[in-house]
Amino acid sequence: QAHTPGSRAIIAMSEGKRLVETGRVCLCNYGANLGKLVVIINVVDGRRVLVDGPNADPKKAVKRQIMPLARLSLTTIKCDIMPGARINTLTKAMKAADVVGKWNAGSWAKGMAKKEAKASMGDFDRFKMMVARKTRAKAVNKAMKKMVKK
Amino acid sequence: AISKMSAAGVNGAPESGIVHTKYRQYQVVGRLKPSAEKGTRKANIFKMNIFAPNEVVAKSRFWYYMSMLNRVKKANGEILQINEVYEKRPATVATYGIWMRYDSRTGHHNMYREYRDTSVNAAVSKMYLDVAARHRSRFTNVQIVRTATVPIDKMRKSWNKEYLGKDVAFPLPHRVLRPSTKAFKKSFVAKRPRTDFTN
Repeated sequence: QAHTPGSRAIIAMSEGKRLVETGRVCLCNYGANLGKLVVIINVVDGRRVLVDGPNADPKKAVKRQIMPLARLSLTTIKCDIMPGARINTLTKAMKAADVVGKWNAGSWAKGMAKKEAKASMGDFDRFKMMVARKTRAKAVNKAMKKMVKK
Repeated sequence: AISKMSAAGVNGAPESGIVHTKYRQYQVVGRLKPSAEKGTRKANIFKMNIFAPNEVVAKSRFWYYMSMLNRVKKANGEILQINEVYEKRPATVATYGIWMRYDSRTGHHNMYREYRDTSVNAAVSKMYLDVAARHRSRFTNVQIVRTATVPIDKMRKSWNKEYLGKDVAFPLPHRVLRPSTKAFKKSFVAKRPRTDFTN
């Protein structure tokens, strides 16, 4: 493969890092597919990749399409597929690698879920939150006072 | 910050995975109009594959080539059929070779260009933009002689060969990410943004 010496050095240094490669799981960080997981099926060139994001939930599914790398955030998760793998093969490979499970267990997804939960709070939820914070603060202050007295 | 509030179509274009390329491929079939008074004259039927933004331009280009190559004018001829040619496998990536003839300011030249994309239409659209940028040639100055998917052993451009095969893997070393929506764009930030996401 024709690589410049500089790019060969970058690639050599990036063993075990997040790479743009077939099977790499990514998160869309821009556009209508914001927040959805996709898998890189093939690399078109240095700027664009063919991705697919099968999901049982149609709201989270991404159709097979070309996406610019600028719209993707790479994750540490990878699944084992050949370039151009079709949707059934891809779904099986994703299950075998437990992509969704690994993703949900990671702190990235948990952080996103927390933000999501906070943004979707209704007025009553905010009230409950306020009450919970006040209760906790009361308990903490009570314990503090005891410790200070000693 | 990725949040539900900023999802779904806020940034404009509908995104369903369908790419509307600027140039489409049409198969145009036409011939000289048969004429009773001039006796039976040879009305060979000609077929051409034309890349154009729409059918109107496709028909116009068809007559341009007919009068140049086959001595058939639009006034004396008729179009028998015009069909759009769709990509057989739009979800697969291939290398498209385009053989073409273009006019520079001082002469005509042949060219061979190669593009990696999912459809011929997308590759041709890219070609027109590329050639306009590099050679200042416009749509009317470019004649596409032939397009074909090029197998790996016949590929001629080294910059396309870097992305072939199942072992293609490269990091994204210095990522300048943009906010997920323009609403999150900040004119002033307290810290320099993070650009290394390889770990």
